[in-house]
Parts: sequence; structure tokens; C-alpha cells
Amino acid sequence: MNTPNTFRSGPDPQGHFGAYGGRFVAETLMPLVLDLERAYEAARRDPSFQQELDGMLADYVGRESPLYFAERLTAHVGGAKIYLKREDLNHTGAHKINNCLGQILLARRMGKTRIIAETGAGQHGVATATVAARFGLPCVVYMGAVDIERQKPNVFRMRLLGTEVRAVKSGSRTLKDAMNEALRDWVANVADTFYIIGSAAGPHPYPAMVRDFQTVIGNETRRQVLHKEGRLPDLVAACVGGGSNAIGMFHPFLDDADVEIHGVEAAGKGVETHKNAATLGKGTPGVLHGARSYLLQDGEGQVLEAHSISAGLDYPGVGPEHSWLKDQGRVKYFSITDNEALDAFVSLSKLEGIIPALESAHAVAHVMRVAREMEKDKIVAVCLSGRGDKDAATVAAALGEKI
Amino acid sequence: MSRISSRFAELKSANRAAFVPFITAGDPNSDATLALLERLPAAGADLIELGVPFSDPMADGPVIQASSQRALKSGMTLVKVLDLVRRFRKKDERTPVVLMGYYNPIHKYGTARFAKDAGEAGVDGLITVDLPPEEDEVLRVPAAAHGIDIVRLATPTTDADRLRTVLNGAGGFLYYVSIAGVTGSKTFDGSDVKAALARLKAQSALPCAVGFGIKTSEQAAEIARLADAAVVGSAIVEHIAAGASPDQIAAYCAALAKAVHEARQ
Repeated sequence: MNTPNTFRSGPDPQGHFGAYGGRFVAETLMPLVLDLERAYEAARRDPSFQQELDGMLADYVGRESPLYFAERLTAHVGGAKIYLKREDLNHTGAHKINNCLGQILLARRMGKTRIIAETGAGQHGVATATVAARFGLPCVVYMGAVDIERQKPNVFRMRLLGTEVRAVKSGSRTLKDAMNEALRDWVANVADTFYIIGSAAGPHPYPAMVRDFQTVIGNETRRQVLHKEGRLPDLVAACVGGGSNAIGMFHPFLDDADVEIHGVEAAGKGVETHKNAATLGKGTPGVLHGARSYLLQDGEGQVLEAHSISAGLDYPGVGPEHSWLKDQGRVKYFSITDNEALDAFVSLSKLEGIIPALESAHAVAHVMRVAREMEKDKIVAVCLSGRGDKDAATVAAALGEKI
Repeated sequence: MSRISSRFAELKSANRAAFVPFITAGDPNSDATLALLERLPAAGADLIELGVPFSDPMADGPVIQASSQRALKSGMTLVKVLDLVRRFRKKDERTPVVLMGYYNPIHKYGTARFAKDAGEAGVDGLITVDLPPEEDEVLRVPAAAHGIDIVRLATPTTDADRLRTVLNGAGGFLYYVSIAGVTGSKTFDGSDVKAALARLKAQSALPCAVGFGIKTSEQAAEIARLADAAVVGSAIVEHIAAGASPDQIAAYCAALAKAVHEARQ
């Protein structure tokens, strides 16, 4: 395989990252995604758009987020220095708001008056509900009935913010079904509705657009680590469900050949079982939700249900750019089981006083494992994509505690 | 001449619109589907749309979603769908069969191998809902080599510019989605459909079928006066869901067919 001169030039004009990506949507939606692509290209080139977004990111989200040296975690692990990129400190408690702000500003530019979104853990739903409230737009969030059950605090938060949460009872009743339902809503409300996709997935231009809005994570990290350490990190890591925090963290480092990059998927009950969400590890290329990408599917091309203790990683697909980066070998993808993530969740809480989201705990667990094998002068930066308050009930139940 | 072209030519000379029923292969099971397929031509079906079940039917409403789930539960696969068509072809050489579904099962099967197997089984056309013109070359080229038409969709969101893209490579007939919405969800507006068909007809010589929003015989007749074919899906599938026998469903289809066939008289 030829190594490209840059890993940062994708996608091509048709939205392809190599063999992945594209626009696989119903014809009714094609004019809409093409329109969105034009509007996004225009916005991207408009300095006033970036200025407005930067202003909101600073004053509303609270950026930049700190790059924190996890001293006690590092000592506990006994290897490389571990830095945490604190996306958990953003307004609404996760990285999702970076993207939601970008998209709602775009929606306003396009004159759209109604917002829809899908959500798994509820973090993207809350972030969307938040920006919808901030800009006074009505909002509907689709959420699988199973997820509503395990993420009740986020459901309440969305309702409090004025969003209508619609329970999705079709299919496996989780994130993929919520996305199906959001697409159905969009098909039926083509004139006024803007669909804020929460991950770096979906039809072109979403994977590139969501990535662009999330690269603020990696850009800041790069600057911060250079400032603190005078050099780039040896390893950058993030959890991968659909992969938006990961692609945002990774992208600015892709052309730094000396920086190793690890994506961490959810192995659920184990990659040897059928109860996992390790799409890149266990899946095969397929087409779902508008893009060609790795997919958990059976031999007939039917999409399998994913499993993870973390609702945000519980998705059988993955953003197409990750599929391409995997095939290129530029990013290596690993997986962490439910139990390993729970251990990291507890460790980080006790050692650093930081309760991570279960999603982020997967990345932390992986980094704890690999940092141990690295020299003490090596540097690791891991994206702490969200905070774990929302997971208190899930973790308590898993640990056998009643709250 | 392909089965689809011959059929539309016959209908045109008789000044009749086509009645096109949609059923999901394997709903509720393979035998019932075959029994129904074999009864549909006599019940007045001019073409048959056979749904290929998919786990994530993004463009379908609750009725077809449930139908897909029942079919998957009964063990339906793309291989078995082709087998159903092969068996149907032993009884019926002339009624065109168009497979309607989503891309991933075909992608998994392999587009070239699928086109070959589908052509040999007697499939005449493919409507692949989530495979727009920009992405369909991978299927269109092998399909053409095996005499299978790629049926393109036009919708209420298709403007003049988009229509050129849709028509470039379209085969068999055009499928006009009469509503902005999923299958079985809304009712079409007759004057909107009329205007849309006039735009399509001005740009293309292909016959135009209309579907997605037709529930009653009256609506089917209204479409039959405007278009070359009326597709009824969810309303038929609701009968299957209610447990109707192949004979009962065929009788229901016969009433719809009669309305379509007599609409222009």
C-alpha cells in the first residue's frame, strides 16, 4: 500500500475516504445533503462564521478545555506521563457541544427552524437540546427505549431544556434505531428541519463537518502539550463509538509520523462473544446510515445489535474516516471490555477525583495498560470525552451497589 | 425487449395503467410469499415489487418495518429471495419482478455476483432505496450486463437540476415517490403529483410509476389517471400482518387492480 503524503486531505468531492464514506441516502434526502454540503462549504470559508463559533466556544462552552497532567494516575501506572484532555469540563459535560454549536449556527445560516437529533447515551441529545434552547429553536431528539431506561437523568435534562424526547421502539431500541427514526423524520420534514448528527458518521458532508467542528480538541491538545512539554506526545488516544471525539483528537496529529495514535472501541462482554461494539475490530465493510464503513453485520448483510455497558459506544457502525485510517494503518484500534472500563472508571475517580464517562473510561483503561509498558519520559495524551455523573446508576448497578 | 418494456408497451396500447403490488419476501414465511406471488398475476398485478427485508429500513414506515422484521424472523435471506423469484418464474414468464430494498444485503452478497444470480433467477429491475445515482455505478454496470434495469426514484424534493442526475442511467421505469415521507405515512396531493409527473414526462420517455402514499382503491384510480403505474404497498402488507390468507390478499389486490384498470374508461 502506498502511504499518502498527508492523512488530512480527505474526503474527496464525493465524500469518500478511500473506499469509505459517500452518500447512501434515500433520493428524497439527496437534495438536502447536497444543499447542506454547499452551505457548509460556504460557512467554512466565511471568517464571520468561524468568529461567531469561536466566540460561543469560549464564552458558552468554556473553551479552551485544560490539558491536565494526571500525576497520581501516572504514578499508579508507573510508566509514561498521562495527560487528560478535559472535554468533561465543557458546558453540558462532554465534547458533543463543540459539534452541536457548529451545526446549529449552520442551521441558522440556512434558515432552518426546527432541529432534530438522535442520541445514545444522551450526551449528544443534551448538547443538542442545549443549543436549541440557546437559540430558541424547537427540538426533537430520538432515543432508543432501552437507552431512555438506562440514561434517565439525561432524558430529564433534555425535557428541562424544552426538547421533546421521542422513544424509539423499533429494532434493537438503541442508538442505531434512533438514527433510523431521525432519518425518517428528516424525510418527512424536508423544508424546515436541520438534522444535527452527533457522530462523525452519516452521509457526506457529516463525517467531515463533524470532524472539523471537533478538531478543536486535537488542535488545543497539540498546542497545550507543546507548551507544557516542549514536544509532541508519543501517543494520543480516544474512545471510538461513532468516533467524533476520537477523530477530533486525532486529526491534527495524523501527519506527525512520530505520534502513535490509538482508538479504543468497546469490547462489551468480550470480542470473542457476540456482545460487543468493536466495529473496527470485528466488523466488515458495509453500508448503513448514509456511509460505507466497517459494520457489525451477519453473513446476509443484516446489521447486528452492538453491546456495551456504555450507551454512547453501543453502535454497530463507525465513522468512515476511522475505517480508512484503520486500513491505512495510521491509527491502531483496540478494544476494552465492560469490566476493564468499570475498573478504569473507579481508578480515575479515586486517584484523580475525576469521574469519567463510561465511554471515556474505555480510553483511560487502554492508556493505563499501554502506558505501563512505556518509559517514564514518554508522553501520552488521552481524550477524556465526558464526565461520568450520568453513569452513576449504571456503574452502581454493575458494582452491586444500591443508590 | 425486456419484460418491463413489453409490459408497459402492452398497457400503453390498451390505455391502461399498471397495478403494482408490493409485498415483502418471507412475510410471514417463504411458502406464503410464493403462494401469493403465484396468485398476483391472475389478481391483476401487472408488475410485482418484491421487498427484500433489511434490519434497518430507514425509508419505511411502521407497517413495512414490521413486515421486514417478520420476514427476517422467518429466515428470509437474499439467496432465498432469488430462489422465490426462480420458483415464481417456473409458473410465470411474463410478469416483471422488481426487487425493492436497501443496499447492504446486496453489498454483502457482492454486486457483480448478485447481478448475475438475480438475472438468472428472472429479476427484471432493482430499486435500491439508499443507493443514489452518485453511488450506484457499482451495481448498475453489472446489472445492465445481466439485463436488469436500475429503477431510479424521483421525489417531491427533486428539482430540475437533480432530475438530470436521476435520469442519467435510469432504466425500466421511473418511480415517483408521491410524498415527502416514509412508506405508508401520508396521503399524496393529486395536483402536486400531476405537476411532478408533467415535469418527469417532459424530461424522460420512461414510464412513470407512483407510490408511497396510495392506500385505497379510489387513490389508486386517481393515480392511474395520471401515471403509468400505481404501486400499493403498506395497505396490502397490513392485510398480511392481520393474518389474511394468500387467497384473501389476492382478492384484496384484485379489487385494487380493478380500480386501476378501469380508471381511464
